[in-house]
Amino acid sequence: MGARAASRQWSNALFVAPYLIAYLCLLIFPLVSGMGLSLFKADLFGGREFVGLENFARLFKDTVFLQSVANTFYFVLLTVPPLTVIPLFLALLLNRSDRTAAIFRGVFFSSSVLSVTIVTLIWRMILMTEGGLAANIRHAMGFDAIPFLSDPNLVMISMAIITVWWCLGLPMMLYLSALQQVPQDIYEAAELDNSGWFRTLWSITLPALSRTVILVAIFQCVLQFQLFGQPQLITQGGPNGASRPIVLFIFEVGFRRWDIGYAAAASQILFGIILLATLIQYFVTSRKQVSS
Amino acid sequence: MSGIDIKNVSKAFGTTQVLDDVSLQIAPNEFIAFLGPSGCGKTTLLRMIAGLETVDAGEIHIGDRRVDDLPPGQRGVALVFQNYALYPHMSVADNMAFGLKNIGVAKDEIRRRVEDAARILELDGLLARKPGELSGGQKQRVAIGRAIVKNPDLFLFDEPLSNLDAALRMRTRLELAQLRRRLKATMILVTHDQVEAMTLADRIVVMKDRKVQQVGSPMEIYARPANVFVAGFVGSPSMNILKATIQDEGGFAVAIVAGTKIATRVPMAGLPASDHWRLGLRPECVKVSNDGHPATVEFVERLGERTLVYAKLSDGTPVTAEDAGNSRVAMGDAIHLRIDGARAHLFSGTGDGYHADEAA
Repeated sequence: MGARAASRQWSNALFVAPYLIAYLCLLIFPLVSGMGLSLFKADLFGGREFVGLENFARLFKDTVFLQSVANTFYFVLLTVPPLTVIPLFLALLLNRSDRTAAIFRGVFFSSSVLSVTIVTLIWRMILMTEGGLAANIRHAMGFDAIPFLSDPNLVMISMAIITVWWCLGLPMMLYLSALQQVPQDIYEAAELDNSGWFRTLWSITLPALSRTVILVAIFQCVLQFQLFGQPQLITQGGPNGASRPIVLFIFEVGFRRWDIGYAAAASQILFGIILLATLIQYFVTSRKQVSS
Repeated sequence: MSGIDIKNVSKAFGTTQVLDDVSLQIAPNEFIAFLGPSGCGKTTLLRMIAGLETVDAGEIHIGDRRVDDLPPGQRGVALVFQNYALYPHMSVADNMAFGLKNIGVAKDEIRRRVEDAARILELDGLLARKPGELSGGQKQRVAIGRAIVKNPDLFLFDEPLSNLDAALRMRTRLELAQLRRRLKATMILVTHDQVEAMTLADRIVVMKDRKVQQVGSPMEIYARPANVFVAGFVGSPSMNILKATIQDEGGFAVAIVAGTKIATRVPMAGLPASDHWRLGLRPECVKVSNDGHPATVEFVERLGERTLVYAKLSDGTPVTAEDAGNSRVAMGDAIHLRIDGARAHLFSGTGDGYHADEAA
């Protein structure tokens, strides 16, 4: 009886097998083999030699890598709060059924459908010091152009502005769909309870959106730690490494210097950072929810 | 205690007219039920009183204040929503206190009122819980509690029992009746359930097609329906409405249905000229008997204490009759029906109702 039940349970596994096989081959296997690779000194086209944790030891002494880690954290700090808050306000403003709101929803979402190549092209035309839109406006007003892309102090802020502009649409849509889940009669009850606009926003709307806020923050965190395309296409990590994030470092080490063992080790550290950041956010916010 | 005066109120959503020139007076401390089928405008009228819908034309007064241009919070009304509309992230106590906090009631006073309401509604042990942790009946009581703490001039209930199961609905109905006695406030209940309206209300406002069809006490609505719609809508099973011709016999109308005469007590003197008369008979006025009008049984419903017999008269006219609980009547049987014409109603071609004099 027990054996029959067990065999029946195993045959049930056939239903999940196609997904499980794809998951194992395309996600778990590369992840584990990447972890293994990080323990080797390996060339993209040559042999490999087991070096244990030496790649990691090298990374922690590598100033270029440490600078890219700092750059990445700085970028995440610059982008995740605005990408969590600005779409929320846009959604609150555009959560109406009139035509103007529909047009603006489309306008704000439109940037999200562009590829990183187009986005960087547009923003290079705006930000470049020679003949860029911003520079022309500054010149017309009698000022010097701001070196958005060549000043080490400004370049990450410029990357953040570009990224916020590019990524606003999806979180806005997530907030809009969450807003539409809030039953209308709760707002009517609040009206009857003499609740003003701000009070309703603070006590009714925002608590109703708290899960979506957490989702957007975690999602953006994971996404922005993987910054690559914008600096790769606009500044190639410059000036002087000021806009080189971890992924660009991994790309340069792995595919320009062909040192894939070292690149794999850097990847493991990025993986660890994202995992840690996500877990911290998850636990902090879920504890806050329980206590509230 | 405030009465309500609704004067010539109209409302349209786009091109769809939902209320047309409705007027109604409600006395202080009166319990009124708006009763009608879906889409008759009863909920819209309630929401207009609450301030959740604008008034296209007409005026609404609560007490001596005109309120139709005031925001909902300033009308002195509390509404219990059909789906409770509790704030999901607030505790039961916070749900009840929210409205009071917003108008700056002192903390001690809020606590006192919330505790009072919780005691009345037996919510004492649940004050710290969130709505998600409550049963449907408990949520309903919290929604009522949220209304009570405000000490409103007027309580509005929008189909408050429709989401409860049958047993809980009956219990909550009783609780509402007790609450009403304790609170001594003006109350309006919107419902499509005639049992709720009949058992709770002092007066019932029957609505259909954007208009008030009749306003009256439950027994008045039942015994003297103003028109053929009210006659058919109130009462379960529905009143039999049979095509008839009438003639005068001794000053009272005699209806001729399927070739047989039914003597009513409706005075001929008050009847207008009409070609299309209908006779209204409650099922309890049509009894299965050994003699009387011949009929064939189509369907039998055994309810325990009585049996409903759906039959057809000799000309095919359908009629619902009553028999004893232990009736042996079966489908297909040929039976006879004894009709109590003294309690019959007549409806003219325009649908207006005519009844026996009350003394008769």
